[in-house]
Amino acid sequence: MKELGGKKEMIRQLREQIMTMEGFSSGMDGQRLDFGLGPVDRAFPGGTFPAGAIHEFVSPTEACAAASNGFMAGLLHVLMKKGGSCLWIGKGRKLFPPALKFFGIEPHRVIFIDVRRDKDALWVMEQGLKCKTLAAVVAELKDISFAESRRLQLAVEDSRVTGFVHRCRSGAMSSLTCVSRWRIKPLPSRSEGKLPGVGFPRWEVELEKIRNGRPGIWQLEWRAGVFRHVSVPNQAVSESQSSKKEKHYA
Amino acid sequence: MPKRYLSIWFPHFATDRLVRLHPELRDKPFLLYAPERGRMVVRASSRTLSREGIKPGMVVADVRAILPSVEVFPNDPAAQGKLLKDLAEWCLRYTPVVATDPPDGLILDLSGCAHLWGGELFYLESITSRLSKGGYDVRAAIADTIGSAWAMARYGSSSPIVEPGRQAEALQSLPPVALRLDAVILQRLEKLGFRQIGQLIGIPRTNLRRRFGDVLLSRLGQALGTEPEVLQAVQPAPVFQERLPCLEPICTAGGIEIAIKRLLDMLCERFFREGKGMRTGTLKGYRIDGETVQISIGTNRASRNAAHLFKLFELKISDIEPALGIELFVLEATLVEEVSEAQEALWGMGNSDQASIAELLDNIAGKVGEKAIHRYLPQEHHWPEHSIKAVASLEEQPETAWRTDRPRPLHLLPRPEPIEVMVPLPDYPPLHFRYRGEIIRIARADGPERIEQEWWLQTGPPRDYYQVEDESGARYWLFRLGLYGGGKTQWFLHGYFA
Repeated sequence: MKELGGKKEMIRQLREQIMTMEGFSSGMDGQRLDFGLGPVDRAFPGGTFPAGAIHEFVSPTEACAAASNGFMAGLLHVLMKKGGSCLWIGKGRKLFPPALKFFGIEPHRVIFIDVRRDKDALWVMEQGLKCKTLAAVVAELKDISFAESRRLQLAVEDSRVTGFVHRCRSGAMSSLTCVSRWRIKPLPSRSEGKLPGVGFPRWEVELEKIRNGRPGIWQLEWRAGVFRHVSVPNQAVSESQSSKKEKHYA
Repeated sequence: MPKRYLSIWFPHFATDRLVRLHPELRDKPFLLYAPERGRMVVRASSRTLSREGIKPGMVVADVRAILPSVEVFPNDPAAQGKLLKDLAEWCLRYTPVVATDPPDGLILDLSGCAHLWGGELFYLESITSRLSKGGYDVRAAIADTIGSAWAMARYGSSSPIVEPGRQAEALQSLPPVALRLDAVILQRLEKLGFRQIGQLIGIPRTNLRRRFGDVLLSRLGQALGTEPEVLQAVQPAPVFQERLPCLEPICTAGGIEIAIKRLLDMLCERFFREGKGMRTGTLKGYRIDGETVQISIGTNRASRNAAHLFKLFELKISDIEPALGIELFVLEATLVEEVSEAQEALWGMGNSDQASIAELLDNIAGKVGEKAIHRYLPQEHHWPEHSIKAVASLEEQPETAWRTDRPRPLHLLPRPEPIEVMVPLPDYPPLHFRYRGEIIRIARADGPERIEQEWWLQTGPPRDYYQVEDESGARYWLFRLGLYGGGKTQWFLHGYFA
């Protein structure tokens, strides 16, 4: 029995070694940040959200872009808890800074860089990712090539800054070196009891691709400053979810 | 440090200017005239004409009678003044303190500069040969005082360099006119038989004052160095400036990089000594063809990190056109600020972390422009567009709290976009709306939240905001502009909630 425990420990260590060799850290500076993602965490390698890597978000519509930014803001809230600043790079930015406060981020700690070309956005992002004191770098882009994402990955491997590449209404999907690809879609909110009106923001979070992990779809809600997993989805959504899953594995 | 001055005199300044503009006039007799009491009087005569004995002050008609082939041009003192100022600015490559000496001279304060050219003689030769190559007739002299340098340049016949402390001997044999005196005093001196300055030096001051007034004494004192004289420099001497003359003209990017590095090292050493840092800096390159090229940088906070400042300059090196080569680099910190050692911690970070972010932003500003960087603080306004203000500084902290008592969308459109709605009266949210040709049916809604115009800023109808959600879950921020029954109302989409 004792031997078995030792073997498990050894396998866990080997796994960790392999992951670090693949340029993939299980947390920031060895310490794990709890993003409160609940069941989503099980999809990640090592069971925790991979900070210090680059994540890709894909939004086909304006409403999805807002939902993605909301989800990202929830993640940033945890990344920025320790202090530090965040760089938000975009072209024709629509983000309204005061709304970040609803996601627990102090808007004056975010530095916005408004560029005119995607090329500049990538340059700024690469510079930002090299700066170890930043908590995170967010870039809203239209298109990014594999080679460009490789540069970002190299910058991140050294500095361990978390990067979010948000592709809004981009054309052809190309594969990138990002550790994950997310699609966030807004879902109808549910208010407490029978109260009328709009409830807390609720999203269908699809982890379409994750290196060394298991992709999946979840429903999350942002309530009182934390993510909450919605365990009892309504009928319509669960159907669409299952059909999507089939499509994904087909 | 003992002062040394260089006086430059252009004996044919006005005519040389015209020859430079019209080279065909080079060897022709011509003169410049100006009206004086109803007559045309000669103001300047060309070099060939001066040899004929034509002097300023003669009447043009007389000159025409002597030499019918003479060409005449109107005198243009304004253009001459401008040229003199341009020449003074050109001379800034030799020393930071240059003054014009109207109508036809320049004065340079060369204290501590001459050794860069290998001594005063080489310094003088360098300037005079460059100016005479440019087509100017030049005389120059170096002395301890402005007065004696001026006198030696115009009336001296021996060596153009007066050794330190020897100005009294050098002035001995010069005429009193070399003391920059006006005509009345000169006439009186002439009448009394004073032909040389040496005769004046020995006479008791009280006697001189009684006969000629204070002016003569002060001019004499200024020439001998017993009275101070202040130079009105064309450009105030910059405090934080470093110069790097090159042995060979530099025309490669690599060479420019080395020059910038050296200058920054020198400048940053001074910054460290004095507890200061650079906010804006300018690098000027003086090209051998007489032009200057320059690049400027700015930083988000005072910096004295040579490596960082170099990076900022490096981004702009490609803007420098060295042409045939740059012979002198001048780096100047145009805006300097104190660097406080203990700056208040920003966003819970250490000082070094702050510095690294400031340096990152400097890099970004250098590449994509300073206008690209924004940071926002809350403002106490209800009108959504006014509720934030952009700030330039990294240190500025919010004075009021960010409000979360009212829903605000994560995406706010830069300007509200008109929509067509189907809405029940009086104050219900819309049932559906049409935006960009698409009909969106509303399932849930919150509101209205009325936001009135801030009358002290702008006038107009109020906005009634609704937070609505469609059947698929997309959340929007809509508003109605205007009141029912009070004229026209219109609906707009203003943002998206997460």
